[in-house]
Amino acid sequence: MFIARVVGEVVATVKHPHLAAQKLLLVQAEPTPGRPQSPPVIAVDSVQAGIGDRVLVADEGNSAAQVLRKPRGPVRTVIVGVVDQAGPDERS
Amino acid sequence: MHFARVIGTVVCTEKVPAWKGQRLLLVQPSDSSGTPTAARPLVALDSVSAAPGQLVFYVRGREASTILSNPDNPADAAIVGLVDQVREASGATR
Amino acid sequence: MLLAQVLGTVVSTRKDAGLSGLKLMLAREVDGQFKPAGNFVVAVDAVGAGSGEIVLIAAGSSARLTETTKDRPVDHVICGIVDAVEVDGKDVYLKSLGVKG
Repeated sequence: MFIARVVGEVVATVKHPHLAAQKLLLVQAEPTPGRPQSPPVIAVDSVQAGIGDRVLVADEGNSAAQVLRKPRGPVRTVIVGVVDQAGPDERS
Repeated sequence: MHFARVIGTVVCTEKVPAWKGQRLLLVQPSDSSGTPTAARPLVALDSVSAAPGQLVFYVRGREASTILSNPDNPADAAIVGLVDQVREASGATR
Repeated sequence: MLLAQVLGTVVSTRKDAGLSGLKLMLAREVDGQFKPAGNFVVAVDAVGAGSGEIVLIAAGSSARLTETTKDRPVDHVICGIVDAVEVDGKDVYLKSLGVKG
């Protein structure tokens, strides 16, 4: 999983039936220092996330199927959580 | 899923039997506005009757093979939607 | 799937038993002009491809989803031989003619 920022929303009327009625959000992975910024990708939202939210994204088909409670289909990128806080432990 | 622009079609007479009759499209990976990225064009299966010129999104990896009724096929890229509009955080809509 | 040109075959006598009987091809990704320009890759042939042909190669676990490569330790498979590529209504590649302008 990776941490990303929701930067947009994608509207698509014509899509694979597996994606019917799914909200599609544009998520930008948080940059890793020293690495080039990866372009935003489209993720299926399963947690009512919104633009600006910092979210946890899974990018694997079996995880996507579990989260969406569906058989496996052509989806692998899903938002699985909204991040409240992430970073080094205060104590360490 | 990732954005791409459909740029052409690919014809293969000899192909794995599971792809018989399937349309193969040449797509150029792009950003959300359709501007090409540095990535090379790739060939994807199509599940939404996409046409050249259209901005689409596609799924990569094994999940792509699930768009066919027989998922035992080697697709590693499949177009799964046509982009109508992208609303970005800045308020810009396209 | 990526577009690549088959450059030749790879012969390996001592290899994992799971690879026995498979035809291993050396291929190289092509650029927009269908000239070999990208990464080299060794792929299992599932369609009877030959040297010089432009082919489709599937990568990752998808590569194991052909009849030839089922349950084999394979990560790239040649799954189609390209006859033609059409862009903007014009054939930019025709197997019978090689690359067009």
